[in-house]
This record gives sequence, C-alpha cells and structure tokens, in this order.
Amino acid sequence: MTEELRIGVFICHCGINIGGVVDVPAVVEYASTLENVVHAERNLYTCSSDGLESIKSAINEYELNRVVVASCTPRTHEPLFRATCEEAGLNRYLFEFVNIRDQCSWVHMHELEKATEKAKDLVRMGVAKAALLEPLEELTSEVTPSAVVIGAGISGMTAALSIAKNGFHVHLIEKKREMGGMLRRLYKLYPTEELAAEFLEQRIKAVEEHERVELHLSASIKAVEGYVGKFKVILDENGAEKSIDTGVIIVATGAKEFEPEGLYEYDGEKVITQLQLEEKLKRGDSKLDGIENVVMIQCAGARGEVVGYCSKICCMNAIKNAKLIKEANPDINVFIAHNELQAYGEEYELYYRDAKKAGVRFLRFPLERRPKVIKSEGKLVVDVFHERLQMNIPLEADLVVLSVPLVQNPDAEKLSKMLKVPLGQDKFFFEAHVKLRPVDFATDGIFLCGTAQGPKDIEESISQGYAAASRATIPLAKGYVSSEAIISSVDEAICVGCGICESVCPYGAVEVVETEEGRRAKVTGVKCKGCGTCGSSCIKRAIKMHHFTDEQLIAQERTALVTEEVVS
Amino acid sequence: MKDRAVLVIGGGVAGMQAAFDLAEAGIKVCLVERTLSIGGRMAQLDKTFPTNDCAICILAPKMMDCYRHENIEVLTLSEVTAIEGEIGSFKVKIRRKPRFVDEAKCNGCGDCARVCPMGILNKFDMDLRVRSGAYIPFMQAVPLIYALDRDKCMRCGLCEAVCGKDAIRYDQKPEIVERNVSAIIVAIGFDPLDPSGLTEYGYGRYDNVITALEFERLICAAGPTGGHVIRKDGKEVKRIAWIQCVGARDTRDNRPYCCSVCCMHATKEAILTKEHYPEAATFVLYTDLRCFGKGFQEYVNRAEDDYEVKYIRGKPGEIREKENKNLEIFYSPSSDRVEKLEVDMVVLSTALIPSEGVEALAEILGTELDKYKFFKLKDSYNPTETTRAGIFVAGYCQAPRDIPECIAHGSATASRAMEVVLGGSYDRRA
Ligand SMILES: Cc1cc2nc3c(=O)[nH]c(=O)nc-3n(C[C@H](O)[C@H](O)[C@H](O)COP(=O)(O)OP(=O)(O)OC[C@H]3O[C@@H](n4cnc5c(N)ncnc54)[C@H](O)[C@@H]3O)c2cc1C
Ligand SMILES: Cc1cc2nc3c(=O)[nH]c(=O)nc-3n(C[C@H](O)[C@H](O)[C@H](O)COP(=O)(O)OP(=O)(O)OC[C@H]3O[C@@H](n4cnc5c(N)ncnc54)[C@H](O)[C@@H]3O)c2cc1C
Ligand code: SF4
Ligand code: SF4
Repeated sequence: MTEELRIGVFICHCGINIGGVVDVPAVVEYASTLENVVHAERNLYTCSSDGLESIKSAINEYELNRVVVASCTPRTHEPLFRATCEEAGLNRYLFEFVNIRDQCSWVHMHELEKATEKAKDLVRMGVAKAALLEPLEELTSEVTPSAVVIGAGISGMTAALSIAKNGFHVHLIEKKREMGGMLRRLYKLYPTEELAAEFLEQRIKAVEEHERVELHLSASIKAVEGYVGKFKVILDENGAEKSIDTGVIIVATGAKEFEPEGLYEYDGEKVITQLQLEEKLKRGDSKLDGIENVVMIQCAGARGEVVGYCSKICCMNAIKNAKLIKEANPDINVFIAHNELQAYGEEYELYYRDAKKAGVRFLRFPLERRPKVIKSEGKLVVDVFHERLQMNIPLEADLVVLSVPLVQNPDAEKLSKMLKVPLGQDKFFFEAHVKLRPVDFATDGIFLCGTAQGPKDIEESISQGYAAASRATIPLAKGYVSSEAIISSVDEAICVGCGICESVCPYGAVEVVETEEGRRAKVTGVKCKGCGTCGSSCIKRAIKMHHFTDEQLIAQERTALVTEEVVS
Repeated sequence: MKDRAVLVIGGGVAGMQAAFDLAEAGIKVCLVERTLSIGGRMAQLDKTFPTNDCAICILAPKMMDCYRHENIEVLTLSEVTAIEGEIGSFKVKIRRKPRFVDEAKCNGCGDCARVCPMGILNKFDMDLRVRSGAYIPFMQAVPLIYALDRDKCMRCGLCEAVCGKDAIRYDQKPEIVERNVSAIIVAIGFDPLDPSGLTEYGYGRYDNVITALEFERLICAAGPTGGHVIRKDGKEVKRIAWIQCVGARDTRDNRPYCCSVCCMHATKEAILTKEHYPEAATFVLYTDLRCFGKGFQEYVNRAEDDYEVKYIRGKPGEIREKENKNLEIFYSPSSDRVEKLEVDMVVLSTALIPSEGVEALAEILGTELDKYKFFKLKDSYNPTETTRAGIFVAGYCQAPRDIPECIAHGSATASRAMEVVLGGSYDRRA
C-alpha cells in the first residue's frame, strides 16, 4: 500500500460508564503518540449525533483514511460507526472497533489504573490492525424470480400457493401422480372430523387453478446446482429430462409411517397400523363388521423402542380413530393403551375428553413395561400392565392397531446430498437453528416445511408451509441477494487442492474444482458467511479471511506483547 | 394506490419475526409494542428448551435487527386505539404514552437511573427486584432508551440535573399517531395466570411457593439474585418440586386446554437447577408429560438419566407449609395410596392465558375471540387468519405454542400479509 496512513482515534466516555473508571484523557494522550495516528479525541458520547458529526469532520479535516473508535460494543454500535465513516466518504471496512466498556470499565470496575492500562493496550492493538485494513465491497447477485417446491403434500401446496399469491412463479414438483401426500390415504381428520378427501379437494383445486403454479407430477429430482438466487434443478418428469432455473428451493417432502415389522405380532391383517386402519375405514368399513374388541397400542416403535423421539401426532390420531369407531358402532369395545398422551394445545385436550365420553377406554402403561401381543390359536390377547392398578390386564382383541411413528422417507438422504443440506440424528431434515430458524436451512435460499422437518399435524404443516413461503419470498421480492463483504478467498498459487476447507465449511461455500493448474479450492462469495472456519483449517495458509487476515491478526498480537516504552 | 405497509401489534418473538420478514421483503412495518421494550416473554427466560440456549443471548440480536431495520418503525409504550377501513387500506390510530425522556436524545447511559432515589418493583423481574424511577426494564432492552415512572416520580429533579444529554421531559404528553396499512398482524402473546385463586397450592400464602416465570428470573445469572435460587429466608434450595398444569387442563375456570410448553419448561428448569446445584433433589409432578416436539423426548431422557430429575405422576390435592417453611405436597400415585413429598421450594407451572386487554383489542379490531379468549380463526387448519379479512394472528395469542412454532407462525402470517401487499390478492381496487 502506497498511500500514507492517517489514523483517527475516538475514545468515548459513555457518560460515566467508561469515563468513571477509565482515565479517558490519558488514553487519548497515549493514542496520539502511536504510529500513524494523526488525530485522537474524546467524546462524551461518540454515538450521539455530536459524536458522529465529530468523526465526520475529523475525517475531512485531518484526511483520515482509517478510523478507530474505542467505546462500548460492536454488537450494537459497529453498524452505526461504519455507516458514519461511509457518509464521510471512507470505505466502511476501514473502521476498527475497540471495546473498552465491557472489557475495561465493566470487568475492572474496582481496578481503575489497570482498567486504564488495559484500555491503552486495546487501543494500541486496534491501531495496529487498522493500519492493515483493506477496503471491502459487498457482492450482490441477481435472483431468478421463481421458486421450486419439492413435494405436493399439504405443506408444499400451501407454500407454493402463497408464493404464487405473493406474485412469483412456482414449480411444484411431486414424485407421485397426484398431489395431496399423506392426506390422500386418510379417512377423517382430527379435530374437525371432516373427510380428508373433501379437505384436499378444494385445496388441490386452488393450486391447480393458480396461473403462477406450474405442476410437475410424476417428477423426481436428478441434480441440483448453483446457489441462492441462481439454482438449476434438473428433473426427470415422466421420463423426460427438464431443467429449471430458480431463485429458491423449498423442501416439503413429508414423511412416512414406520413399518413395525417384527413388533407386536404385526401382520397387516389382525395387527395393523393406524394408516392401515384409516384405509380400511376409508373403504367404507367403518362398522368393522364382526369385530368386538379393538385395542390400540401407542408409541409402537417410538420413544425408545426403535426410534427415540415422540411422533407428536399418533396419540391424537388414535383418539380420533377410536372415537370414530365407537361412534359408528357403540357395541365395539375400544381400548387405547398408552403411556403419555399428547393431547396438547387448545383443542386436543377437549377432543380427548370427547373420546372418553364416547366410551373409548384408556389404560396407561409405564414405558418400561410396554404391552405384549399374544397370538394363540387365531386369538389375540394384548397384555397391558396397568400403571395405576399396578397389575396386568389381559385384553382380548379382534383387531390390534399399532400407533407407529412417522419416519423419514428412504430417498430423503439422496435429496439431502443433492441439496447439500443436513439430516438430523432422527433422520428428519435439520433446520438452521432449532429455536430461531425453524424453516430455514443453514444454506441460503433453501427452506423446509411440514413433516419433512419432523412429525406434526396438518395445522402446523400449514403454518410452516406459509412460513417457508415468507422466507423464500424475501430474496424473490428483493430481486437480489447481497453477500457479506467479509468473506474468504483462495490464493490459487498456494492451494494444493487437498479439500480440507471444502469438508469443514458449514455453508457449502468452498469447493475444490479442476483448473488448468490442477485441483484448487474456490470460494463462492455469495454463499460465504465469513465464519473463517476454512481459513483456520487450511494447512497451506492459502485461504485469506478478509478483515481478519493473518497479517492483521498477527500485527495485533505482536503489539499486544510489546510494552509501551518500545512503541513510543 | 395500495398502502405498502403492515401493522404488527405485539413485539414478542412472533411479532418480531413477522415484522422482520416483511421488512426484508421491502414492505414498511409499524411494530406497536405496549411495554418499554420489544422481546416479549422470551426476554424473561433464562435458557430455552430443548437446546438450553441462553434466551436473551439469542434474542437480543434479533431485537436489534428488528429495531435497526430501515423498513421497521418500532413504537414502544404504544397501543392501538382505533381502526377504520378494510383490507388493503386500514387507517390505524395509535396512542403513544409518554416516556418522559426525549427518545432522540437519550443514549442509554443510565446516569438518571443511578441518581433516582425511588425504589419500585420491576415487573420484568416478576417484582423480585427493585429498580429506580428512571429505568429500562432489563439491560438488553431495545430500544435502549430510559423512561421515567411518572406514577411514582416526585419530580425531585435529580435525573434532569445529571442527564448530560438534556433528555428528561417531565411534561411530555401522550400522543396519537396515525398509520395507513394494508394488513394487520396481531401477536400479543400471553400472560401467566395468577395462581392465588387456586388455594390448594398456597401461592401468596406460603413463602416458598413461586411461579415458573418467577423461577426463570431467579435462576437467570442476570436476574435479581444473580442466578441463585434462594428462598424467602435466604437459604439456597436443596429439594425442589415443580407442579404441572396449575390452573390448566382444569375445567373449574374454563381452562381445559393444555398450555403446551410447561412440561418442557419444567424439565428445563429442573435441569438448570441441577447444573447450579448438583446435590439438589428435583421432582416434577405431572399428569401427562407433553414431550411431543423435536428433541423433547430426548431432553426428558437426559433430564432423567444425566440429571436425575424425578418425574412423579400425580397432581397434588394439597400443599401444607411447615413451621420451617418447608412444604409438604400430598398426591396420590395410585388409586389406593396418598403420598407425601417434602421439599423446600415449590414451583408452579401455571396456566398461560391470553394477554390482559385482549378483549378490548379484539373489539377495536373487530375480530372474534374463541371461548378461552384466543383469537378465533376464519378457517380451521389454517392458523393464520382471524375472522376479519386482512387481519392475521401470530404466536401464543392464537393458541399455545413454543418459541420455534411462534417464529414459524410469525413468518407464516408475514406471507399472508405479503399476499395482500405484494400480490394484491385481496385488494379489490388492485
Ligand atoms: C395415519 C395418520 C393419520 C393422520 N391423521 C391426521 C389428522 O387427522 N389430523 C391432522 O392434523 N394430521 C394428521 N396426520 C398428520 C398429517 O398427515 C401430516 O401433518 C401431513 O400429511 C403433513 O403434510 P406434508 O405436506 O408435510 O407431508 P406429506 O403429506 O407426507 O406430503 C409430502 C409429499 O412429498 C412427496 N415427495 C416425497 N419425496 C419427494 C421427492 N423426493 N420428490 C418429489 N416429491 C416427493 C410425497 O409424494 C408427498 O406427496 C396423520 C398422519 C398419519 C400418518
Ligand atoms: C416459564 C416459561 C418458560 C418458557 N420456556 C420456554 C422455552 O424454554 N422454550 C420455548 O420454546 N418456549 C418457552 N416458553 C414459551 C414462550 O415463552 C412462548 O412460546 C413465546 O414467548 C410466545 O411468544 P409470542 O410472541 O407469541 O408472545 P409474547 O412473548 O408474550 O409477546 C407478546 C408481546 O406483545 C405485547 N403486547 C401484549 N398486549 C399488547 C397490546 N395490546 N398492544 C401492544 N402490544 C401488546 C407484550 O408486551 C409482548 O411484548 C416458556 C413460557 C413460560 C411461561
Ligand atoms: S404421539 Fe403419543 S403415541 Fe406417538 S410417540 Fe408420542 S406419546 Fe407415543
Ligand atoms: S469463511 Fe466460512 S463460510 Fe466462508 S468459505 Fe470459509 S468456511 Fe465457508
């Protein structure tokens, strides 16, 4: 760099928050002795409009080309000071923040001198780094204004329709010949007890009729390339290959019922799953002719038996089917053997009470002593250990219904690899943050909703469908995506293409590609979040993490160790 | 011309998420919050189940993102008083209560709070800590602007004298502002039930029976006791029991519903207790354990196996206070037995009920409530839309849900509002 360095340092009293502990005038005086510092001043509140004005006028008056502010925390104030530099014509990344509130006045509140000394050290380090700062630019990239939704169950249909209503073209991709997903196979729905077929009919119609939804039925994904704003999805639609350009992708591929092979004498005839029961009821067999005793067993294969989790919907589903059977034929005895009962929320508790009123009998077993199904001479007995009575109760059954959990589709793993998005321990798609980002993937531009994310009822699947639509609409409505300015880059002359960076990057932003010189890592700027993981793992030091370069950090560390006398 | 703007009422996680998504999509948002700070109930929590993330640490950046967004106008200490018009063109009147501090001048240094001689119980800390008359509800409050509690203030003039920014305004008056919006999202959350009326638990009578939200403040390192769970007599807890479904799943007061989050927050609080006090004994007395969410069963397993939290099925019939202020809980684990459990603190997982003032707001908005005063939906299975076109509902005020569900729900209503603003799907004049 040839230009002369002219660094300005601004030190904040923050009223008495910093000034009451740190000797601010002494720090200012010290700062003005540091190399390359041409101006140092103190402000009562650097963040107040007076303080910001003062930064701007100093940039002009002293022709500052680097600014250091020593005050509170970058967490809240860095954007403000960066913007101020920019207003005065300085690149916003030629700014360095030094935190002398949290790190000095607060933690050393009773050690005034030491707090002041530490503030001087931190300012010296900040100035050392500032000297090496480089101007950076945020990259922007255009967004193809359309969306791809994978899976046309209720959550995918909801997402697709909402994005279309928001004004964007949507490709809805379904591997089956028809839309509807799991609901196609169901009889009636809790808690309204409307027919699943009727529920679906009007919703399918709305999707079919919307001009901006383009349906791809009997279609499967072959490959996915690109990144947020510029994805390319290759389809096999009815045997023909198709390529779709899209800005965003939503995963709504649902889940399937667990197959209880080898558990509870499951045979698909006398011992069946809830879904098989629904199909039976749907066929018009709701009277269940010839059957006197039905026993439902909850958590079959769930909560530690085969899978670890609770599947959220099977309790309500059992209650629904039990109630429907009982109401259609009051003479049938219907028992539900359960451990906990997930009748959560506003409505389900009442529905559970209604089922009790209708005569469904509930027996609770401890999880350590699950029921046993005993088959002998064509007869079925379910032996339930009754928790409250502390005794075994044998229940004769003509039909045993297993409430099995929802599990991930077998082809989800392939899809997760194509999209480079993760599955969790439970094999469901794994969102970016369990608490804060329920429908985002960590990778920008890819979202998820419905039972692909984990078991949930229709209402929550719809809620997530709309949520994914909102998140996906954002880049489409903006028309562009901007990436961080603070990203990494690879020096191809040093890189040996080992691929360590590619394997550690949580955002799929580094890829090893073939170049004329051989295999080299390449960073896709818009994908990079600037976390620095690749930079710190590169054994050849080929990766430069901008704004936190090796030179900048080493300069900072060196000055940290150098004493005051040597510097001045 | 459509009004390319949306009103969001309530600045909890659900409302903030809705506002943020809309703003990111280029839509102007006016976020109206009744209290001094956005953040809602989540800001009061210590950690969050099932990941044990520190609540305020993950929430504060979201609060800042919202507040700093160029498309979001945050109006705190504000309430909606009237609306006119219809979907696509609502005219909203908002009453802004005075802060008695000039918002543009205050920079949050807190000098006023340090000199104010008043001592007033801090509602944010569930009245467990005293704050001064010039205050912010909590350290990370957004916006970081102090306010004067003029109900209690004696106008001694100390804060005015010390404020270096000349920001104190003793005579500020309430203001009415008007905004034109295309759609409205209601996200006013919940209040915990005051369990004093449920006499069997002794809340308010017994020293060491507290509510779960009070417990969250106690165990929080930034809370009134610096994270120490101490009894009224200053002793740290050794044996502590949570009682579930207090006032919930209970037909007595028309609250048969399940609040959906309490089994897990009790589990969390028991785990946190064991992390602070490995020697303590922790019990959760429950009816059905609602462990249905992602990672919840695994969380309960960890509580049992790694933290030795003891789950006991049984709802107490009665609690008695002993002379040493310990508590005896009577419950029946099976049909023929009554057992007694002695602990030194009881935490009540109280029912969560629609926020105070929900009826008045529903009246103003012209939307219907259901029989428990949650916002009623236009269509079952579609949890986003109220009974009035263009008014959507997000978060706990529609029905019980936890934080990630509230966030998804907030985003969900944002998409519904986008349908109006971007797509003009309901705008008859578009
Ligand atoms: C027996 C049973 C009864 C139930 N009863 C009720 C009830 O009464 N009330 C209630 O609220 N909930 C009920 N549920 C839950 C309900 O079924 C789900 O909430 C809902 O179906 C979830 O919708 P979804 O769109 O997320 O997934 P799904 O309905 O599973 O739809 C996913 C779609 O994606 C497609 N797909 C999958 N992989 C791909 C791929 N790679 N490429 C393209 N397409 C793909 C599938 O073919 C399917 O069409 C029940 C569930 C079960 C198992
Ligand atoms: C003790 C306890 C522990 C919990 N722990 C967890 C946990 O660990 N993990 C988890 O996921 N969930 C937990 N929860 C649940 C969680 O708190 C809620 O799911 C979540 O806070 C609800 O968010 P919300 O935005 O809907 O409502 P709120 O957080 O209640 O926010 C509503 C906002 O609206 C404002 N408001 C109210 N009325 C008006 C009005 N008329 N005008 C303007 N503004 C108004 C309020 O001041 C508030 O800021 C816990 C709950 C409790 C009680
Ligand atoms: S929802 Fe009910 S049946 Fe299903 S796993 Fe959970 S507790 Fe068991
Ligand atoms: S800095 Fe982080 S996001 Fe960027 S390429 Fe490296 S590992 Fe990936």
